[in-house]
Amino acid sequence: MRLREIAHSRTGDKGNISNISLIAYDMKDYDFIKEVVTVEKVKEWFSDIVFGEVVRYELPAIGALNFVMYEALGGGVTRSLALDIHGKSLSSALLDLVI
Amino acid sequence: MNKIRIGSGAGYAGDRIEPAVELAKKGQLDYLVFECLAERTIAIGQKQKKQDATKGYNELLEARMQAVLPSCYENNIRIVTNMGAANPIAAGQLVMRVAKELGLASFKVAVVTGDDVLTELQQLDLMLNEAGIAVSQSGKDILSANAYMGIDGLVEALETGANMVIAGRVADPSLFLAPMVHEFGWSQEDWHKLGKGTCIGHLLECAGQITGGYFADPGIKNVSELARLGFPLAEVDASGDAVITKVEGSGGVVCEATCKEQLLYEIHRPDQYLTPDVVADFSQVSFQQQGENRVAVKGASGSPRTETLKVSVGYKDGFIGEGEISYAGPNAVARGQLALDIVKERFTVCGFDPIEARYDLVGLNALHGATRSAQSDPYEVRARVAVRCSTLEDAIFVGNEVETLYTNGPAGGGGVAKSAKAVLAMDSCLIPRDQVLANITVLEEGES
Repeated sequence: MRLREIAHSRTGDKGNISNISLIAYDMKDYDFIKEVVTVEKVKEWFSDIVFGEVVRYELPAIGALNFVMYEALGGGVTRSLALDIHGKSLSSALLDLVI
Repeated sequence: MNKIRIGSGAGYAGDRIEPAVELAKKGQLDYLVFECLAERTIAIGQKQKKQDATKGYNELLEARMQAVLPSCYENNIRIVTNMGAANPIAAGQLVMRVAKELGLASFKVAVVTGDDVLTELQQLDLMLNEAGIAVSQSGKDILSANAYMGIDGLVEALETGANMVIAGRVADPSLFLAPMVHEFGWSQEDWHKLGKGTCIGHLLECAGQITGGYFADPGIKNVSELARLGFPLAEVDASGDAVITKVEGSGGVVCEATCKEQLLYEIHRPDQYLTPDVVADFSQVSFQQQGENRVAVKGASGSPRTETLKVSVGYKDGFIGEGEISYAGPNAVARGQLALDIVKERFTVCGFDPIEARYDLVGLNALHGATRSAQSDPYEVRARVAVRCSTLEDAIFVGNEVETLYTNGPAGGGGVAKSAKAVLAMDSCLIPRDQVLANITVLEEGES
């Protein structure tokens, strides 16, 4: 199963830092997502894109996780050579994760 | 007042105009807020202002005001915005002219200034966060420094009774929090209420992003009528609880899922969201669907604000040069790859050594790298070379090298595009709050 089937997501950017929310469609899946989508897993999944630390915050009240990824945006929106300078498409890449 | 209705008329500088007009006409609003400044927008404004002292504000200001002012005036809706960008006074004067042309009697604009701290940045020799060194030691060609101001100047401006308040750099949620503090008489040290109001502001600040914009994923997250997306409004009560909704009959959707995505948008630590007004805590926020396109938000809080304000610093940082060319049909990917290899080798042949370079096959692996994209096999591919370099000549050279592939590269290349641009980079620093003072200038009829 891919993460996309049970969760949705949106990416935000601040400087060279990207944050990706991961939100369970159904609150009953939250604990499972929390168990499976660990910091290590996300770090590994994005190892060719994210070069800094990955921090995870938990929001049980809305059944969501927030991943904050450092050195993720090629120097930030004004300096990045990437086609997607904001890294806005990273949320879709996370949802492609096989769980 | 016990309850106010605040609408969000724009989520970024170039946002659509009709949804704001729809809100002004049908939203029964008390306030309409336009959030139009991304991190670097004000630095671009400073550049424009240097070339022309009457410019440097939001480029859609005139068109927006022509569209919304009549309804706002007629319905007693007060406007709050950061569309002043690098030149709030000139922006205020422009709005006065538009109001006059529209025949709006006794129209009054209050302008908030004080966010420009370029002089203070140099005098105090502040520390740049990303560079990790003091301004004087950084060797950076600094163009702009603007502090994120909070609600204090905005509330004072609202107290003048002005129809519209225009500022430059203020924190996005403060634009929404100021009307709440003004209307409900909240203390500017009531951290709990300021935290709740900041949460509502954060939910509204990207406009369409909470009404179904940037949310649709066909078959999984369906959103109807995105071409007629309605912008959000919040019904806020004096305790800081709110319902997020939109104008009846408009496109899009307000549901718990859209609210959750927006709550975490551009947030790092959910329990410590720093603004000039409060350290807001969103960690216990919850949403409850109360009806069609009506979602109640509860549970935000806050603690005392920090003693420093964040400053966005814009500086010149070299140039970016780009060139692109497309290949189609059988073996397109191999020809695209050959094109990239040729350009790479040409750089060596010509002794060109960029600071950073990137070689993409767009339509194949440009977004997330080669490994992740390995299973793709497209009909067409666009080869793209992008570099960061020190001079404009070098940036232009890159596009020209891609262009020469027409007569010197693989078969069937088409549609070359090239560009070279100066990089306006951003850093940030912290400034003691007492160094940033809000000034209010009221523009009334008879002045310009």
